[in-house]
Amino acid sequence: MNITATLIGQILTFAVLVWFIQRYLWEPLTTALAERQKKIADGLAAAERGEHEQELARKRAAEKIGEAKQQAAEIVAQAQKRASEIVEEAKENARSEGERLLAAANAEIEQEANRAKEQLRGQVVSLAVAGAERVLKKEVDPKAHQKLLADLVAQI
Amino acid sequence: MSGEAQSSAEYIQHHLVNWCIGNCDPVTHKAAGFWAIHIDTLIFGWLLAGLMAWMSFAVGRVLTTGTPGTLQNVVESIVEFVQTQIRDIFPGSNPLIGPLAITIFLWVFLMNAMDLVPVDLLPLIGKMLGFEYLKVVPTTDLGTTFALALSVFALIIYYNIKIKGPIGYLKQFLFHPFGKYLIPVNIVMTTIEEVAKPVSLALRLFGNMFAGELIFMLIALLSLASWFMLPFQVGLGSLWAIFHILIITLQAFIFMLLTIVYLGMAHTTEEEH
Repeated sequence: MNITATLIGQILTFAVLVWFIQRYLWEPLTTALAERQKKIADGLAAAERGEHEQELARKRAAEKIGEAKQQAAEIVAQAQKRASEIVEEAKENARSEGERLLAAANAEIEQEANRAKEQLRGQVVSLAVAGAERVLKKEVDPKAHQKLLADLVAQI
Repeated sequence: MSGEAQSSAEYIQHHLVNWCIGNCDPVTHKAAGFWAIHIDTLIFGWLLAGLMAWMSFAVGRVLTTGTPGTLQNVVESIVEFVQTQIRDIFPGSNPLIGPLAITIFLWVFLMNAMDLVPVDLLPLIGKMLGFEYLKVVPTTDLGTTFALALSVFALIIYYNIKIKGPIGYLKQFLFHPFGKYLIPVNIVMTTIEEVAKPVSLALRLFGNMFAGELIFMLIALLSLASWFMLPFQVGLGSLWAIFHILIITLQAFIFMLLTIVYLGMAHTTEEEH
């Protein structure tokens, strides 16, 4: 049970072990732990910053959306206005075109009627001449009675 | 063991003898003077120190500041535990105190843990290999416990002188604890106080481990008397082993804690009386 030179051996072992542990375990590990602590702190700070930025971005986005909505409303209002204008214009156009067509048609009808009247007149003259021929039993020379016929035509 | 005829006393005595080389008594095989070496204590101390060194090397090599692996996790929690103790107790900072404390904690723990290996297993293997005596728990050898305690004591003196200066350390002996009118008493008191530190460190650990080992032997003896006692031996052995897990951890922790406390005291400059 007495103390022996084992003591010296164990002291040396202990000294070497302390040195080894310091060199290969304690210092690298505590450095790594400190680094990780820093990394985590940095990460948390970054996360907070990110959250703040996100908040800002959300506000900005809300503003942008508001602006966009307003613009869209303006554009729609303009478009509606323009559309009603176009419709009005189209209506106007249609009306004037209709009137024009109507006028043209009326003119044509009148023309047609006049032409028919002229024809009718011509035929009436020839009928009258033919009638006169029958009555007189002799040929009437339209050239000789040019003036008479023209008066007749004018009377019809 | 000399077979059936071996008595209980012989069994225990045989187990309490180290494998000795050098200046040993040829009959009892015990150390006859200081210049004997308990080679079994040294070998198991080295093996466990080697295990620690290998593990710390393995962890240190693949160290990452990212997500730690299993081994690194375990070692990190131990390191952080020791760091917490140091932060709580130790004033100021000293780069040696951390490695010193963790080495004491782990090495003493591992050496104590040899107690949990069945008492007869390794001696039996040793006997098969031709070694008559083998004591497997290095901390049941005063050589180990005093080696640690004296190393700590040397550091206590070194840091006392380094921090307080030779004069300051001397003053502590002269004027502590009773002031300048009782110098002779002060010298005696402070010397006892200082010497008690390593002695109590060494003997506390030795005593606990030695007693624990002895109880394992007594439990092992149960079935030597009669085979009917075998269930009791198993039951009691298990119970004591479970309880002993607490003791080996506690003793390692106490040794580490007191080392930190003593070195912390060495780092504290004495207030004026």
